[in-house]
Amino acid sequence: MPATPTNVPEPSRTDPALIRNFCIIAHIDHGKSTLADRMLQLTGVVEQRQMRAQYLDRMDIERERGITIKSQAVRLPWAPTTGEGQGTTHVLNMIDTPGHVDFTYEVSRSLAACEGTILLVDAAQGIEAQTLANLYLALENDLHIIPVLNKIDLPAAQPEKYAAELAHIIGCDPSEVLKVSAKTGEGVTELLDKVVAEVPAPVGKADAPARAMIFDSVYDSYRGVVTYVKVVDGKLSKRERIRMMSTGAAHELLEIGVSSPEMAPADGLGVGEVGYLITGVKDVRQSKVGDTITQFTRGAEEPLGGYKEPKPMVFSGLYPLDGSDYPELRDALDKLQLNDAALVYEPETSAALGFGFRVGFLGLLHLDVIRERLEREFGLDLIATAPNVIYRVIMEDGTELSVTNPSEFPTGKIAEVFEPVVRSTVLAPSEFVGAIMELCQSRRGTLLGMDYLSEDRVELRYTLPLAEIVFDFFDQLKSKTRGYASLDYEPTGEQRADLVKVDILLNGDKVDAFSAILHKDKAYAYGVRMAGKLRELIPRQQFEVPIQAAVGSRVIARETVRAIRKDVLAKCYGGDISRKRKLLEKQKEGKKRMKMVGSVEVPQDAFIAALSTDEGDGKTKK
Amino acid sequence: MPSALPDGEPMPVDGALPAHALAGAADRPLGFYLHVPYCATRCGYCDFNTYTASELRGSGGALASRDNYADTLIEEIRLARKVLGDDPRQVGTVFVGGGTPTLLAAADLGRMLGAIRDEFGLAAGAEITTEANPESVDPAYLEQLRASGFNRVSFGMQSARQHVLNVLDRTHTPGRPEACVGEAHAAGFDHVNLDLIYGTPGESDDDWRASLDAALGAGPDHISAYALIVEEGTQLARRIRRGEVPMTDDDVHADRYLIAEERLAAAGFGWYEVSNWATSREARCRHNELYWTGADWWGAGPGAHSHVGGVRWWNVKHPGAYAQALSEGRSPGAGRELLGAEDRRVERILLELRLADGCPRDLLTPVGSRAAERFIADGLLEPESYEQGRAVLTLRGRLLADAVVRDLVD
Repeated sequence: MPATPTNVPEPSRTDPALIRNFCIIAHIDHGKSTLADRMLQLTGVVEQRQMRAQYLDRMDIERERGITIKSQAVRLPWAPTTGEGQGTTHVLNMIDTPGHVDFTYEVSRSLAACEGTILLVDAAQGIEAQTLANLYLALENDLHIIPVLNKIDLPAAQPEKYAAELAHIIGCDPSEVLKVSAKTGEGVTELLDKVVAEVPAPVGKADAPARAMIFDSVYDSYRGVVTYVKVVDGKLSKRERIRMMSTGAAHELLEIGVSSPEMAPADGLGVGEVGYLITGVKDVRQSKVGDTITQFTRGAEEPLGGYKEPKPMVFSGLYPLDGSDYPELRDALDKLQLNDAALVYEPETSAALGFGFRVGFLGLLHLDVIRERLEREFGLDLIATAPNVIYRVIMEDGTELSVTNPSEFPTGKIAEVFEPVVRSTVLAPSEFVGAIMELCQSRRGTLLGMDYLSEDRVELRYTLPLAEIVFDFFDQLKSKTRGYASLDYEPTGEQRADLVKVDILLNGDKVDAFSAILHKDKAYAYGVRMAGKLRELIPRQQFEVPIQAAVGSRVIARETVRAIRKDVLAKCYGGDISRKRKLLEKQKEGKKRMKMVGSVEVPQDAFIAALSTDEGDGKTKK
Repeated sequence: MPSALPDGEPMPVDGALPAHALAGAADRPLGFYLHVPYCATRCGYCDFNTYTASELRGSGGALASRDNYADTLIEEIRLARKVLGDDPRQVGTVFVGGGTPTLLAAADLGRMLGAIRDEFGLAAGAEITTEANPESVDPAYLEQLRASGFNRVSFGMQSARQHVLNVLDRTHTPGRPEACVGEAHAAGFDHVNLDLIYGTPGESDDDWRASLDAALGAGPDHISAYALIVEEGTQLARRIRRGEVPMTDDDVHADRYLIAEERLAAAGFGWYEVSNWATSREARCRHNELYWTGADWWGAGPGAHSHVGGVRWWNVKHPGAYAQALSEGRSPGAGRELLGAEDRRVERILLELRLADGCPRDLLTPVGSRAAERFIADGLLEPESYEQGRAVLTLRGRLLADAVVRDLVD
């Protein structure tokens, strides 16, 4: 293993020509974190004994799922062993990108901080949809691409096949695809050399007013918000006053420095450098990804391009199972929001579920991750209503409504309804093309195109209504392709659609939690399915309970829960009395946990079960 | 496996009762329940506190033996005398249950009854019942029982159909229980009961009708009919879980109950408790009525429950541990609970509502009264009785008694 290089350039005094800013684009499980670990070791910034798997991933959930949600940047010294720069210590900034579909915007900002990227693909599996989507993003950002196949030590590896596939996609020669094993370290030294040799050095104006782009922003309970930036022009120095160009807000630089990988304060950051800064703000929304930082006095006039406000795409009602946990849920959301600029929520009341919040998410995984964190880190038991998207409803009188909750869907005369659509990419072995097309067509998809990446792997591109993929599309896709398909999507706009609201009525009373906005061709199936499900879930009552699904006043499906005819213990003698009284007390406790919908007692479990997918666990796994 | 005992506070070593439990005792009837915890074989549906010879082997040794069981139980009757002190009451009812009491010699049952007579005295016209297994009695045995003072006998008939008896693991042959009724009458018993079970897996409506008709044909003056309860931990529960026999639907139980009511009423039997019918007021089981009206009774024997003046207690379950306690002069009580006013109100509603006489309206709170009015509107309570101050279940209400109780106790 090479020793730590000598003459390491210091932050704020590093020649941009010696800097290489790069990231790693990879699919979950393709070994990005392991490769990063290996690079930390090879460059000597982390000593062997401190090494732990996936050093850079901090949150438990990330570690368990093997995915990265929050990115970081690590400064690595590297003196190439070969080539032109041989022996000269360079500074490599490895910028870790979020690995998921919902964080496309954050990925795009991470990519914008780089001049090159390692495209890391599992040599046993080939490229996946999200990787391909991120590759396109990298190409849009003019990044230099270094194609790499990982896990060549695996018996199932097919490096030749997938090298050809990668070469075909990015238009290079298969021999240019580097083959490494992040696990054993094979080929990683060559890869680091290649980064120095091929990734362009950053270019910026050293004497211009400072312009630094925020590519990540992380809340730390001890230090407040830690903001990760790349300095494009000029220089930021410690204790300087800075300005956020989107809001004009001024802050003092309490600390500026680099991560290697622990945070190390420095005098400042110069052109092309990547590092962190701390201003004492407590909320990531005051330090937004994509924003430009400049000096407070004599700052830049024009921000860097590409800034966008985060916009929630998917909404779900979150309710505490135990109504008295409502304040805890509010506090938990407040805390999560400190670290998640894209998380929005407002209080909501449901007749069936009580007090809760309508929460907006960037997408499916975001929803899943937030819900899991609320349950795990904050110990909350939650009921989540079926996720839905934002509908734009135009009434006949010309007024326009934005609907994020089926209960807000207007009952009056509607002229037209628009729903968001996404452009989705599915990659899968070609044997599943039929099944995927069938699924996408059943979800109102329009085929945009289809390409063979290699002999037996296909890329399918579809336009799909977002509403059709927010619930169980991913689970369906996985089960129809035996887990081989991968999915990526990005919002592309909206379309007019024939949408209706389906209400579910119990004994004539509407259950708001079960209302859904659906395409009119799907209303019937939903009504039948929901009514059938509820018939199984609602215990028999002393009277017959009709379950109806209705569009407006038109009933489209009906089921009946028969009245209970027997609820009496046959025997009640001397030894049974104490037991019977205790049973009665228990039953009365159980009754308190029932929610009343009109005169019908509905167990909370029934809500959870009815709101979950047919697979039964109610979660969309990524 | 026998079912578990309730949780409660520990029992004092000498079995002493708090003074308030005995206050006003003279106005309440007093009965004795004597438990005989032995069976020849365990039936697949049974979770009662009873043991076969092989279940007792090696545990408790000689102390748990059925040979000297009568002597052990008599020790508890003597303990009862001490605990009740100068309580002047004579015993109005005695009920020997099990297990299978008739596995003991008739003389043993007679000696146990004799101990009660010696310690407390039996009231004039006292009702003295024993349960009996149709296979373990004959005319001579019954005559012996009658001679020693028993005047009521209850036979476990369960069903007239062989295939139903098979599922229940009952070993008697169809027809034998009906013959027992005649033998009991011949021996001079005033009152005879037959126990029936409905809703056994595999039983049809017609099987049930046949059982009712067979029972009625034998001429008892009392019939108890119970829906089969599949208790956790029994062989039958395991067989149902394994899918060997089907679980009976509650609706089927409801249908069978209605069939029972129809057949029994037509034969001149009137219901007086959810699962009990008798030909006249005199034919009712007065001992069981103690349980349902909050009266006092002493339950002697392993696992037996007692109630005196708002104190409920229960004995240790195992015959060995039971005998051990008594041999050391300790109370065999395992735990007890002292009922507060609200507990007693709730118990009265849940017990008395099961009776044809119903429970007094004045036990209900305003919330409970509103529920009662709802139940009248829904046809579960009798409007006329309610007018007259008692909440009485209708036929449909009897089948939903537990649901009615849940709201009435509010």
